Amino acid sequence: MVRFQMRLEPINNPNIARKSVPPAIALLTTILITSVLAMLAGANPFSVFGLILEGAFGSQFALLETLNRATPLIFTGLAVAVAFRAKFWNIGAEAQLYAGALITVLLGIGILQWPAAILLPFIIVASIIAGAILLLVPALLKTRFGVDEVVTTLLFNFIFLLFVSMLLEGPLKDPMGMGWPKSARLIPEARLPRLFEGLRLHWGFGLAIFSSIIVWVIQTKSTLGYEMRAVGLNKKAAAFAGISVNLVLIKTALISGGLAALAGFSEVAGLKGSLTLDLSPGFGYTGIIVAMLALLNPLGVVVAALFVAGIFVGADSMSRAAGVPTYLADIMLAVALLLMVLAIMLTRFRVIRD
Amino acid sequence: MEIIEILFTASFWAAAIRIASPLIFATLGELICERAGVLNLGIEGIMVSGAFAGWMAVYSGTGLWSGVCIAMLVGMLFGLLHSTLTVPFGLSQHVVGLGVTLLATSSTYYAYRLALPEVTSPPKIEAFQPYEVPILVDIPLIGTALFSQTPLTYLALVLVVLVAVILYRTPLGLAVRAAGENPAAVAAQGLSVTAIRMGAVIVGSGLMAVGGAFLTMSAFDSFFFEMVNGRGWICIALVVFGSWQPGKALLGAVLFAAFDALQIRVQQTSFGTQIPYQFFLMMPYILSILALIIMSRRAEVPAALMIPFNKGER
Repeated sequence: MVRFQMRLEPINNPNIARKSVPPAIALLTTILITSVLAMLAGANPFSVFGLILEGAFGSQFALLETLNRATPLIFTGLAVAVAFRAKFWNIGAEAQLYAGALITVLLGIGILQWPAAILLPFIIVASIIAGAILLLVPALLKTRFGVDEVVTTLLFNFIFLLFVSMLLEGPLKDPMGMGWPKSARLIPEARLPRLFEGLRLHWGFGLAIFSSIIVWVIQTKSTLGYEMRAVGLNKKAAAFAGISVNLVLIKTALISGGLAALAGFSEVAGLKGSLTLDLSPGFGYTGIIVAMLALLNPLGVVVAALFVAGIFVGADSMSRAAGVPTYLADIMLAVALLLMVLAIMLTRFRVIRD
Repeated sequence: MEIIEILFTASFWAAAIRIASPLIFATLGELICERAGVLNLGIEGIMVSGAFAGWMAVYSGTGLWSGVCIAMLVGMLFGLLHSTLTVPFGLSQHVVGLGVTLLATSSTYYAYRLALPEVTSPPKIEAFQPYEVPILVDIPLIGTALFSQTPLTYLALVLVVLVAVILYRTPLGLAVRAAGENPAAVAAQGLSVTAIRMGAVIVGSGLMAVGGAFLTMSAFDSFFFEMVNGRGWICIALVVFGSWQPGKALLGAVLFAAFDALQIRVQQTSFGTQIPYQFFLMMPYILSILALIIMSRRAEVPAALMIPFNKGER
């Protein structure tokens, strides 16, 4: 049998090379693997990357498209970052996103004829509450019964999507929708205005940036942020220090669920105007990649979301031009995620062969 | 009562065993990983990759059993990736597992698009056919339910016994269980915790892939996107439900599949057609959560599950 014995030893004062070389190698390897896969599809890797960059950032239209795509990813990325920091594994951002979207539609299609200045904040708060409640269930199951939240949040995604589908084919179905499972459109007062006159970018993006700053303040300046980190680092030590671990986990879940729900609100109120079952092409799951690439830092989430959104938007136009399937973008991100997690570990630990 | 009548038909139980089969493979796979101390959230994606690899191999001209082996090899490769990152490097099993699921799913879809760029509906293969076991098939009720299945189902049932025997009756099984309970003791015996855990994850991932291959090579004869549809996550719940024991996991899988088979039949009754079909589709996921709640208090979780082992550390 092959003996591969190795040990990891913490490095006390990593120098600049230690901090930068592993992530750089991870990035290069990701590009290399993606290039090989692009070549398998018969395309020139240089032109593939060129087309992705151009499609993502090459024109004002492309840039706005990327910013629009980044908006829900900032929210779901923040939701995951907050939860993972406390080692609460919320994999259910997809369901919470739809909870926010559902509430937005329920309140925004005309039952409340209020002016926008009152209606929009009301819908925002209601969306946050809906997402928070949806994640409260797995959180309580974890703290009360010890049920692993990974499985429950994952299964909730399937359950909630079917629930939305049931409503869209039943009571919420738009009578004017030509038979499609689609909700009625929001009234103008419930729509998010554009950020700048004439540019196709809505206030959801502003709200996303604002949220990331708020989350950053909570995490770095508040007692709750300190408690969340303590619980994430070591539950036993946190409990010993007098922190109520369960209470912190529940607060974390409420914040996380609320943030993910804002993604749904912003997509419906800012972009789509109505609810369909294809509202999210997996924004909840992609949020995990965003959060990990941002190293769970709330401000980093904005940068990571722009990067990830750019790759997806760029891959769409690359696929049309070069005939390479768009799934190349998903592979690239999955590889980047795995290698980055490894690289970050290698900036802090030395591998020693025995 | 139509529903009660359904429960006493052989075809109902035959369907239940058939629906349970992919779950049995994948649940056993996950169980082996977790018994050695590693949570494998790559399961969902590995099942997708196995479903595609087995089907694609047969479509390209290999035999059915070679297809199963190729699916297993693909699963083992993802298991190698998962275990390299989680075992010697001790990275977060949650993050790596989800990463492997994303990678396996997206690379499968990519490969599908490259292999079949033009098709609108995926081609069909000659899938495994039911084989009636002589004599045994004549046992009333149980006979048709258990012994008129496809060979892969028989393999799944045999594997339950095999995994149980290996886990509880062999030194290898003892080492695997100890790696998940008390890795320091395993290391003290001069065995490599790293090798045992990696081996368990690789073998387990191979079984998950075969579970996926069952879908394209036995249950259906073609590959569709989204065909695994959360079955992997359900298997993770089944491992908990089965208290990390192969026999109880089998029971859980069959019970679960029986509910699934029942809801399909109830949907078609006069009573069922009045209820939105989504309600029935939700039931498997809701049942899984209920099962977790019921079992979680009694579950004997492997003590070192999700805890990386770094030699020399205390």
